[in-house]
Amino acid sequence: MATTLFEKLWSEHEIQRLDDGDSLLYIDRLFLHERTGSVALESLFSLGRRVRAPAQVFCSMDHIIDTLPGRGDATLVPGGSEFIYSTRQATRQAGIRLFDVNDSEQGIVHVISPELGIVQPGCTLVCPDSHTCSQGALGALAWGIGSSQAEHAMATSTLVVKRPLTMRVSLRGILSPVVTAKDLILHLIARHGTAGGAGYAIEFAGEVVSGLDVEARLTLCNMAVEFSAFTALIAPDDKVIRYLRDRPYAPKGKNWERAVVHWQSLRSDPEAYFDREIELCCTDIAPTVTWGTSPQQACDITGRVPLVEDRASDSERAALSSACEYMGVRPGQRLQELSIDAAFIGSCTNSRISDLRVAAALLEGRRVAPAVRAICVPGSQAVKRQAEAEGLDRIFQGAGFEWREPGCSMCFFAGGEGFGPCERVVTTTNRNFEGRQGPGVRSHLASPATVAASAIAGRLADPRDYPW
Amino acid sequence: MKKFLVHRGVAAPLLWVNIDTDSIIPSREMKLVSKQGLAAGLFAGWRYSSPGSREPNPDFVLNRPEYADATILLSGRNFGCGSSREHAAWALSEYGIRAVIAPSFGVIFQGNCERNGILPVVLAEAEVQAIADAVAVDPQHQQVEIDLERQTVVVPDGHEFCFEIASSSRQMLLEGLDQIDVTLGRLNVIEDFERSWRERRPWLFEV
Repeated sequence: MATTLFEKLWSEHEIQRLDDGDSLLYIDRLFLHERTGSVALESLFSLGRRVRAPAQVFCSMDHIIDTLPGRGDATLVPGGSEFIYSTRQATRQAGIRLFDVNDSEQGIVHVISPELGIVQPGCTLVCPDSHTCSQGALGALAWGIGSSQAEHAMATSTLVVKRPLTMRVSLRGILSPVVTAKDLILHLIARHGTAGGAGYAIEFAGEVVSGLDVEARLTLCNMAVEFSAFTALIAPDDKVIRYLRDRPYAPKGKNWERAVVHWQSLRSDPEAYFDREIELCCTDIAPTVTWGTSPQQACDITGRVPLVEDRASDSERAALSSACEYMGVRPGQRLQELSIDAAFIGSCTNSRISDLRVAAALLEGRRVAPAVRAICVPGSQAVKRQAEAEGLDRIFQGAGFEWREPGCSMCFFAGGEGFGPCERVVTTTNRNFEGRQGPGVRSHLASPATVAASAIAGRLADPRDYPW
Repeated sequence: MKKFLVHRGVAAPLLWVNIDTDSIIPSREMKLVSKQGLAAGLFAGWRYSSPGSREPNPDFVLNRPEYADATILLSGRNFGCGSSREHAAWALSEYGIRAVIAPSFGVIFQGNCERNGILPVVLAEAEVQAIADAVAVDPQHQQVEIDLERQTVVVPDGHEFCFEIASSSRQMLLEGLDQIDVTLGRLNVIEDFERSWRERRPWLFEV
């Protein structure tokens, strides 16, 4: 019978089918981080349980460590150091590989896992972090879980999971120059709503996806959770295989050859049935930016904050007016009129070397507008080293950006560093929720190119107006 | 885990859509490496008059005397979307919330609730609104009763709403089961699978 890629990965890992659509799935890889991993490990130990297969478990310090130059274990997050110490102690006790604060392989989980070859096509990988869906970009079945499930995976190498439905999102056409995977995913969510993917495992397909490099695919899959999907994945192709070759944790020798043969078979059959199909012509998609407090409140950078439609329901009206009030915008207002206080490039969405190259290309020979605070946080030590080898750090700093140490940084506010109330921030991150980047902070999600252009302009700006 | 059989309590309306886990428990309120000590941070951004203060915002529903000691939340769709932080479920539980009634939930959050003895009840938007209306006059006395065995929500005017829930989730809540214990009971099957998996996919065990 013709099956989808998702179904193949699911059934391969299914140890037992349980009642009511639940399956007991084998988990190949578990990733932890210091924010939620420490709690899970301590809870596991306190109940007298052990990590069954520590070699399959990895942990990074990324969430609440400082990203200021010269950082150590001290952090501006109140109580943050305790999470660092506890994680260090617990991972040592459990025999888990830890990518510690200044380890040469440290970085944001969803940046280092592909970069090190830990996530591989066809494997199951879970992490107590909702953006684990990013890693489906390599053809893995990867999804975000809670802490209790992380304990479950550590104790049993399995999870009990309800099987989602399948959806294929086919991205057709030819992407305009300057338009990136970030614009694609924001556009998709704006068009179909944040609930558009609820209940589904999504396969991204079509010529636009084939044309994206692996890093851009990671950006595309990253925000599947903002679309409410269980996860997203992309069939692995030669680009993925080339990307993984010689990565530190990728298979070696005979195992590499065997793995590649298997990976090349991982695709949906031509006749496979999906529970839902969406097609999106991408040819006319423009740089896209959010104007509100939900990722679905997004439009073209040339657009305006929408007016209330006559047919809008009470709850839609309420959502629109509360978003406008929080964001300090008016219905009908042009987005490019909005002056900004800060620009942020980083996070598991957009902190990879290709993101930094685009932003640096646009910034070269230009200056950030006065009074705009601009920050760039590379996603990993390896990204930072590569960027510095290419001289990108000098371009960022020369333009007026701060150049930081790798971590999640100001993607979210944990009580330490943050932007100020009512400050308007254009950011390459993934959530524009109220208070996400600090109490009262107004976040506009956008691509690295749009953030760089806006930093120069001092207002939301169209990167196409800043040729490079 | 705390069992959920029948619960009766004050139901408080928080009828916005897309209430995310950052709003349920802001990251700045997760101060300890612990599942405890989180109730004071529940809805901190809305519940207190300014960030960092503990001065109650009198307008926030849980601070209004008529909704004091609420144990049931009524909400709009996609409640608990966003971050996977289980702290959201721990904070609700420690505050005393036993059930949330909403048209839909963030998928990770929904599972986190079930694993912490909180019942997520899915009802249509109009039904959630009807419950909110039914209790609004006198929430302290017009209490809502949720019966998981029967899968019903009963409001004081006698209206009864039936809800669906996966039988495995229902059983876990009714019996207060710990899923890890249940799975450890299947260790033989897991080990059999793993032996054959290791032969078929040796590179996954190369680490």
